[in-house]
Amino acid sequence: MPELGRAALLVTLGLVTYALVAGAAGAHLGRRRLAVSAQNALVAAFFSTLVASAVLLAALLRNDFSFTYVARTTSEALPTAYTISAFWGGQEGSLLLWLLFLTGFGAAAVRLNRQWARDLIVWVVPVFAGVAVFFSFLVVAVASPFATQVAPADGAGMTPSLQNPYMLAHPPLLYLGYVGLTVPFAFCLGALLAGRPDERWLIATRRWTLFAWAALGVGQLLGAHWAYVEVGWGGYYAWDPVENAALMPWLVATAFLHSVMIQEKRGMLRVWNVLLVLLAFSLSLFGTFLTRSGVVNSIHSFTQSSIGPWFLFFIALTVGVSLAIVFWRLAQLRSPTKLESPVSREAAFLYNNLLLLALCLAILWGVVYPLISEAVRGEAVVLGRSYYDFFLRIFGLPLLLLMGIGPLIAWRRASLTSLLTTFRWPTLVAAGTGVVLLFLGAGSSVPGLVAYTFSAFVVTSIAMEFARGTRARKALGASSWATAFSSLLGRNRRRYGGYVVHASIVFLAVGIAGSSAFDSVSEARLSRGESMTVGAYTLVYRSLDERQTANATQIRAQLEVSRGDRELGTLEAGKNAYTVEQQVSNEVGIRSDKLTGEDLFVIAEQIDPDGTVYFRVFVKPLVNLIWLAGLVFLLGSAIALWPDAREQRRLVARMREVGLPATR
Amino acid sequence: MTLALVLAAVLAVGCVVAVAFPFIKEPEPESDDLHEPDEEGRRRLELLEERDRSLAALKELEFEHRTGTVSDEDYRIALGPLRREAANALRALETEGRPLEERT
Repeated sequence: MPELGRAALLVTLGLVTYALVAGAAGAHLGRRRLAVSAQNALVAAFFSTLVASAVLLAALLRNDFSFTYVARTTSEALPTAYTISAFWGGQEGSLLLWLLFLTGFGAAAVRLNRQWARDLIVWVVPVFAGVAVFFSFLVVAVASPFATQVAPADGAGMTPSLQNPYMLAHPPLLYLGYVGLTVPFAFCLGALLAGRPDERWLIATRRWTLFAWAALGVGQLLGAHWAYVEVGWGGYYAWDPVENAALMPWLVATAFLHSVMIQEKRGMLRVWNVLLVLLAFSLSLFGTFLTRSGVVNSIHSFTQSSIGPWFLFFIALTVGVSLAIVFWRLAQLRSPTKLESPVSREAAFLYNNLLLLALCLAILWGVVYPLISEAVRGEAVVLGRSYYDFFLRIFGLPLLLLMGIGPLIAWRRASLTSLLTTFRWPTLVAAGTGVVLLFLGAGSSVPGLVAYTFSAFVVTSIAMEFARGTRARKALGASSWATAFSSLLGRNRRRYGGYVVHASIVFLAVGIAGSSAFDSVSEARLSRGESMTVGAYTLVYRSLDERQTANATQIRAQLEVSRGDRELGTLEAGKNAYTVEQQVSNEVGIRSDKLTGEDLFVIAEQIDPDGTVYFRVFVKPLVNLIWLAGLVFLLGSAIALWPDAREQRRLVARMREVGLPATR
Repeated sequence: MTLALVLAAVLAVGCVVAVAFPFIKEPEPESDDLHEPDEEGRRRLELLEERDRSLAALKELEFEHRTGTVSDEDYRIALGPLRREAANALRALETEGRPLEERT
C-alpha cells in the first residue's frame, strides 16, 4: 500500500503547515480557537505519520520488494529483527523515524505542559510545526520511503556490520536524543516569541532535555559497544565524524543541564542558556546532516545522498532566525544578578560550561576541518586521533575534577576555611590513590594516572554527599537509615540522580584510561598448534571451523587461552562472509574477566587458504567499566527524570494566583 | 489501490475534523481571546517566581548547612541576603496584590 503511505505523509505535511501558519496567526492575534486548532493539527500529524510508519513497517515485514526502500535495505534471508531495524537502516526510513518522533514529542510536550504553560504553548506549536514542515517536506518530495519499482526476486540485503542486535537500539536512541532536543528548542523560541523568558520554559523542558540527553548518552554507549564487538578494529570510539556528531549535542546539552540550575537558583545566565539550547538543537540537525548526507568519510556513511543542501539550508535558516529572535528579546533576557565570587557553586558550573563548550568546539573544528581544507586547498585533511585525544585530556581532565568540586562548594561564595574543611577528605583519598598507583606502575601514562587520581577525588566527594545527606535526613526524623536514604533521593531527585550520573562518568573515565592508556597489543601469523603471548595471556591456535547460517558463511579460528598455569578455556575469532550482500565482516573473540573488568580481545585479521591466520590481540584493562558506566548512567538519569508532583502543583498554583485558568 | 485510497480519505477526513473541532465545538464563543496574563499578571508571575526561588534557596541552604557542605561562616553570610530577597518578594506580592487605591 505505498499509496496510503504517500497519502499519509501528504496529510502530515498539510497538517504541520497548517499548524505553523494557523499557530503563528492564532498566537499573534490572540485567537484561542485558532491556536487550539493548530495544536490539534500537530497532534493529528503524529497519527498520520504513525500510519505512514505502519505502512513502511508492514512492507518491510512482508518483504515487499516493490518498495524501492525495502528492496535496497533488506533481503529474504535477513532475520526478522534486522528486517525491522531496516526501518532506520536507510536514509528515507530514518527521516521518517525523525518525523514520527518529532510529531510524537510535539504532541506529548504540548499536552503535558498545557496546564501551566498555555501562554507559551501557543508559540511553541508553530516552532515545532516549522521543524516538522522541513522533515515532512523531505520525506514527501526529496527522499520518499514509498517510492516503488518492479519488484526484484530478492532485495540487496543489509550492510553486514548493521546486522547486530545493537542496531535495534543504537540508532533509534540517537534519534530520540536528536529529536528530543527539539523540545527545549521549541519551548525556548516559544518563550522568546511570547515575550515570557521566565523560568517556566526551563521547567517545561528540563525533563525533556534530560530524556534527550540520556537517550543520546545511552545511544552512544551502545554504539561504542557495537563498534567494539562488531566493527572489529580493537577499539570502541574512533572519533569518527558521525560519532562526534552525536557527542557534540550531548556535550552542549550537558552544559545546559548544569547552567540551567544557575538560572533557576540565581536568575543568571539567561542569554547563555538560550544560546546553549539553540546550539544543541543546531548540532542535532548537523549530526543528522553528517550521518545522512555523506559529505564526510565515515564508517556510518552508508549512502551518499542529495539531502545535504536541504539540510544546510535548514540549519542556516534555523540559526539565523533563532539568533534574530534572541537579539530582538535581548533586553528581556538581561540577568538581574551577577556572579558574586569566582569560588562558588555557580562559578564551578560556569567553568564546567566553558570546558564543555571548548571541548565541543574543538571537536566541531576537527569534524569540519576536512571540508574546509578541501574547499580551500583542494585536499581533504583529516585530523587524527591525537588531535582529539589532546583536547580530551586538556578539557576532559579538569571537567572530571570539577565534578567533585562543584557539589562541595556553597552557592554564592565559599570561604577558604570552608573549602579546606570540605575538600580535606577527597584530597587525601585522591593523593593516596595517586601515590599507591604510582608505586604500582601506573606512572607509565601521566594522563591515565591523573584521571585515576581525579576519579578518586570525585568518588569520595559523591560518597560524602550521600553519607552526609542521609545522616542529616536521619537527624530530621527518618525512622531508619533506609528511610533516610530514600527520603534524601525523593526530596531532590535531580541533585542525587545527578551524583549517580557523575559516578557513571567516573566509571567511564577509569574504563577509558585503563583500556587506552594501559592496554597491551600483540600481532602474529600462526599456523595450527602455534602460540603467541600478550600481557599475561598465552593463546594457542588449535583449529579452523566453517559453519553455514541462513545469511552467511562463518569461519572461526579456535584458540586455547591460558594465563600463567591457569587454563581459561577456548576463544573463537574469525569472519562472516555474507551471501546476498557479498561482503565480509570481522567477528572478534572477546574474553571478559568479570572480577577485574579486563578483556582479552582477538581479531583474526587475515585467514589464508592454507589455514594460517594473522591474529591481532589486545589486553584491555578495566574496559568493562565503560559498559557498567552505561547502566549506572541509566539509573542516575532515571532518578533525575522521575516526575516531581510537588513542582507541578506549585506551577499550577502560580497560574491560579495570577488569575489564569490552569487549562482549558 | 482502492482500499488504500479509501483509508487515505478516512485519515484525511479524520484529521480535518480534529483540526476544525474547536470551531465545530464553539461556533460562536463568548470570547475567543487567549486569556493571556496582562502587565500586572506578568509582574505578579515574576514575583511569584522570585518568591519560590528565594524560599527554595533558603531551604537548600538550611539543608546544606545541616549536612556540613556549607560551613557556619558561609551559612551566616548567605542567610541574610536570601532572607531579604524572600521578604522583598513576599512584600511586593502583598503590596501589588491589593487594589491600586490601597497601594497608593
